[in-house]
Order: sequence, then C-alpha cells, then structure tokens
Amino acid sequence: MLEIKNLHAKAEDNLILKGIDLTVHAGEIHAVMGPNGSGKSTLAQVLAGHPAYEVTEGSILFEGQDLLESEPDARAAAGIFLAFQYPVEIPGVSNAYFLRAAYNEKRKRQGLDEIDPIDFMDLMEEKLSLVNWSSDILSRAVNAGFSGGEKKRNEILQMAVLEPKLAVLDETDSGLDIDALRIVAEGVNSLRRPDNATIVVTHYQRLLNYIVPDYVHVLFGGRIVKSGGKELALELEERGYDWVHEVAA
Amino acid sequence: MTLDTYRHAFQRFTENGGGSPSWIRPLREAGLDRFVRAGFPTRKNEDWRFTNLQPIATGEFRLLDPPEALPGLDALRPYLFGHEDWPRMVFVNGRFVRALSRLDGIPSSVQLLSLREALDSQREVVEAHLAKVAVNAPSAFTDLNTAFMADGALLVLPADAVLEHPVHLVFVTAPGAADGATHPRTLIVAGRHAQATVVESYVSLAEQRYLTNTVSEIFLEEGARVNHCKVQLESEAAYHVGTIEAWQGRSSHFESFSFAMGGALSRTNVYTVLDGEGSHVQLDGLYVGHGVQHLDHQTRIEHAKPGCTSREIYKGMLDDRSHAVFNGKVYVRAEAQQTDGKQTNRNLLLSETAKVDTKPQLEIFADDVKCTHGATVGQLDELALFYCQTRGIPLSDARTMVTYAFAADVIEEIQTRPVAEHLEALVRERLERGSARAE
Ligand SMILES: Nc1ncnc2c1ncn2[C@@H]1O[C@H](COP(=O)(O)OP(=O)(O)O)[C@@H](O)[C@H]1O
Ligand SMILES: [Mg+2]
Repeated sequence: MLEIKNLHAKAEDNLILKGIDLTVHAGEIHAVMGPNGSGKSTLAQVLAGHPAYEVTEGSILFEGQDLLESEPDARAAAGIFLAFQYPVEIPGVSNAYFLRAAYNEKRKRQGLDEIDPIDFMDLMEEKLSLVNWSSDILSRAVNAGFSGGEKKRNEILQMAVLEPKLAVLDETDSGLDIDALRIVAEGVNSLRRPDNATIVVTHYQRLLNYIVPDYVHVLFGGRIVKSGGKELALELEERGYDWVHEVAA
Repeated sequence: MTLDTYRHAFQRFTENGGGSPSWIRPLREAGLDRFVRAGFPTRKNEDWRFTNLQPIATGEFRLLDPPEALPGLDALRPYLFGHEDWPRMVFVNGRFVRALSRLDGIPSSVQLLSLREALDSQREVVEAHLAKVAVNAPSAFTDLNTAFMADGALLVLPADAVLEHPVHLVFVTAPGAADGATHPRTLIVAGRHAQATVVESYVSLAEQRYLTNTVSEIFLEEGARVNHCKVQLESEAAYHVGTIEAWQGRSSHFESFSFAMGGALSRTNVYTVLDGEGSHVQLDGLYVGHGVQHLDHQTRIEHAKPGCTSREIYKGMLDDRSHAVFNGKVYVRAEAQQTDGKQTNRNLLLSETAKVDTKPQLEIFADDVKCTHGATVGQLDELALFYCQTRGIPLSDARTMVTYAFAADVIEEIQTRPVAEHLEALVRERLERGSARAE
C-alpha cells in the first residue's frame, strides 16, 4: 500500500529526515516511536504534503502512485488521512459544515451527488457514537477553543467520517486521560478493516496497549534505527530512549 | 469642478424650485457657503489622509433628475432581501417614487414620508432636527448635501411606537446617470422607548460613474432602540460618500452596521454621541474590496455622559489592488466616567497588492474608564488551508471557506436575518468569483 524509500526531507535548510525506508501493507498497523525531535511529525506531515517540507531525495509510492507529485487534497482523495499532533483551528467554520464539505468532496470523487442533509445527520449520529460524543460539537467552529482532548477526538471523528485507506495518527494519545485514550483507541480499532492500514506515531507505549501494532519502528535522528514486533515497544518502555542512542551509535 | 460652478449649480437648483420651501433656504445657503469656503478636503486633512478625493473634486457632476423611464419592481427585486412585504421607500436618482414604494404596514401613529413632502407638511419636526446632529463633525460633504438635498426619507416614531418590520430605504441610480450626482437626506426621529429597524440600500442598475453623497441623521430619545443597516452596493465606477450621524439620549440603544462592497471610491462616516447616561452603541461593519476599489470608513463614538457602553467590530477583506481605510475614534469626555468601550478592526489581505490603512484611536479625558482597542492586518492562515486540504477539500474551496468564515463572523452581528443572509450570499459569490479567477 505504502512504500517509502530513502526519504530525505528538509525544512528551512534543516535536514530532518535522513533516509527513511518503510513499507506498509493493507491490514497492518505500524507504530513509529522515538524521542522528541526525532522527526516523527515531519514524516507524518511529509506524507500529507505539508508545503513547509521539501523532499530532497527518495520516493513515496501509495498504491503504486508517486505521492510526491500530488497536492495535499489529492493525497486525501487517494485515501491518506493525517490526524494532526496539533489540530488546526478554523474560526467561523462549523464542524458540521467542515465535515459535510469534506465528505461531499469524497462523494463527488466517487461520482455521487452531495449527501442529503437528513442522511448526513444520520451519518453524523453514527460517527459521533463511535467517539462517544454528542452532536453539540457539530455547531462549534472547527477546533476553535477546543481542549487538547477535544481536538484529538475531533481528528478521530473526521477520520471516521472519511474512512481513509491509510490513517496516520500523530501523537493522538498525548494529552489524553485514560478514558479519552480508550475512546480514541476504540474508535480507531472499530474502523480497522483488512483493506486499510494505520501508522500510529507515538512517544509512549501506553496507546499501544489499546491499538496493538504489527510492527514497531524506532525513529531517531531522522532515520529508522530499529524495527521489530510489538515487543519492541515494551523494550523501549523499559530501557528508555537512551538505549536507542546506543543502538544508533 | 471649480467651487464657483457649485455656486452656479445652486442658483439653477433654487431657480428650478429645488431650494424650496423658503424656510429652509438659509440652511441651504449656510451649507453652500461653508462648502465653498472650505472646498473639498485634501489629504493634508487628517480625516482624509489616506483617501484621495481628486476624482470627486475635479469631476463635473450634474444634479440628477428622475429618468424618463422608471425601472420596474423586477429590476429592484434582487435588492429587497426577499421581503417585498417590508415597508419600503424607493428613490430613483435621488427622488422618491411612490409607485415602487410600499408605505402600508406601519402603525398610523408613525410617520414615514419623503423628505420633499415633509419639508412642506412636517416643518415642525424637520426644523427641530434637520442638520442638528450633522453639524457636530464639520464636513464638506454634509454641507454640500445640506445645500443640494432634494429628497430622502423622514421617519418619525412617537413614544413607545414599535415597528414590527424593518423599513427599507432603497436608493437606486438608474441607467443613463453617468456624471450625475444625488444628495439624499434621511431623518429618523425615535421618540421615547420607540423601536425601529431601518435598512438603507444604495444600488445602481448600470455600471456608470456618478456621485452619491448621502446623509442620515438619527435621533434616539430616552430608551429608544434603533437598528440601522447600510448596504452599499454602488456601481464599481461610482463614488459614494455617506454619513450617518446619531444622537443618543439616556438609556438609548443604537446598533449600526455598514456593509460596503461597491463603488470605485467610497467613504462611510458613522458618528454617534452618547449624550444620555446608560446609553449603548454597537457599531459594526464589513468592507469587501477587489479590483482597484477604495473603501474608506471613519467612525467616531463620543462618550459625553457617564455609564455608557460602546462596542465596535469592523472587518475588511481586500483582494487584488483594492485599498481600505479604517479610522475609528473613541472619544471620552471628562464627564463620562464609567465608560466602557471596546473597539476592534480586523483586516484580511487576499493578495500581495491589497492594502489597508487602519487607525483606531482613543482619546480619553475621564479617569474611571475601561476602554480597549486593537487592529490587525493579516493574511489567510496557510495552516488552516493545508488542514482543509488534508481533508480532501481543494485549495480554492478551502480558501473560500476560510475567508468566508472571517466575514460571516461579523455579518452574524446583524439582527435582521434576511439582511444578514443576503450579505452572506453576496460575499460568498464575490469570493467564489475571485477564486475562479485565480485558477
Ligand atoms: N517547519 C519546520 N521548520 C524548521 N524546523 C523544523 C520544522 N518542523 C520540524 N523541524 C525540526 O525538525 C526536527 C524534528 O521535528 P518533529 O518532526 O516535529 O519531531 P517529533 O515529532 O519527532 O518530535 C526538530 O528539530 C524540529 O525543530
Ligand atoms: Mg511530533
């Protein structure tokens, strides 16, 4: 599904990703772990097409297509979804309006008409229940004045509505209490299908108790320095990231 | 046009009966004298620093007469907010047209009539109020209007009268009005605890160069509530100068919204004096510019008595090479203790070449006051656009969505929903056209 080869990316003359190789197949869950500043978010943002990052070397293929040639909206259209580490506020645009616009774009690409307002409300009800939320949230402006936890939950709601093929969750667990964490994890798990895949970017092992990965990768200094099964996450938890330093050295 | 030409024009105007009735003659002459003495302001005048009036000062504008063929109601329908049922006065080329108006549906105690008629039949109330507020801020344009005002509206609400529907004043410039000028004058007198909503629209049925120089004076007696909304949709080749001046008595409540999207050059002044304790004013506005439009607003809130509150939010959205000016002054007299004032001006530049000059000003002479003000000029939030894109929304749609939200936020302040919805649609249409062009 996703094939990243020798990916190098920089921002403002600062080389951040220094040769990433990562292959994700349909049905898999990959965890990307690593200390602060190792380049996890950069990798996620480069996948989504953030204009601040320039890919200087390497390639990303998504379902055989060269992703680097497409605009961010085309990437979303291809089925990639990024749950932001820091979701963006859009004052004045209601969640309902935003979700409907995004959802209708998807329908348009499938050659379908815009969704009928009543059907949309039904859809919302279903998706809101996945993240255990009330419909009050729909009339609020996108992420504006939301608490950290609300913002994360909103990302999962958007993901539930858009049903992407590949979801990249960038530290969706940080700042969540255990109940919120469980809700978010259950949301993610319930959206899991044999034909989609998830990359969970996280700092802590905690989330991986709920979203169990098939593979764990350790990112350090812009490179994947170690890959393994889910037990690698536990090992990291135990030994800390200093251990990675040694591995990387 | 030299100032002498204005003297000659005035002579012709009065010879043709324009100056009548005779009791108003001294007022007109005083206006003309002040105007001719001072002339059009130049940019050396602090109030006009960012607006070049040369196109108006050097232009030749004849006083417009009603056209031979009056437009039909069909031509006006797009401007009626879907509410033909509201009481309405239509002015074509500055003159009241009864056939297009609708004066029923208001209580019999309320007077709504053309100024031209009122000068004859309602001398007492007109004489007591006309040019009584609009003298506080000396202005060449107000003086010019006083000299040449030919028609307009008079709305008088006795104590406790409440209007159920908004009164819509529609100032239409008909095709064939190139190089013409109108000087409409409106007077609104709201008695004690009276309530009314008044909407003034300025529209043109053709793209043409003309001058609208309008003045509206609004009196709010104790406890009165007036909601005023001005919708400026002039031809983009036209010049528009409009002044709204309010005087507020004790515990009165004045809300004003100024929407400006038309005109080659437009200037709207909104001035109010909080002259009674416990009165409140809310001044809001939105200007939307594209092409080479120049959109100027000047507001002044004078806190003259203690315990009054003022709120002001003006927003601007400028594309292409358009230029906007905002100058908002809050003036607190020494006597006006416990003043509470808040003013903001936010501008969004949609192109590299659009420009805004903003100058919020506070002048405070009392010591126990709570006043804040602030102005911002910014670009679209790139991160918000990217965020929309990652949800599959194409960049041009994302741009429209985020920009529109910026404008919709202040349009929400308009209490009259059909007007708010109409303006929202106009802004959306303008943005969609803009982004279609950008692609
Ligand atoms: N837009 C940017 N401009 C400049 N430097 C950046 C930018 N984004 C990230 N960086 C730098 O790249 C490094 C990796 O950041 P990031 O990918 O956010 O790490 P992580 O998510 O693993 O904590 C950091 O040193 C950070 O300061
Ligand atoms: Mg990060």
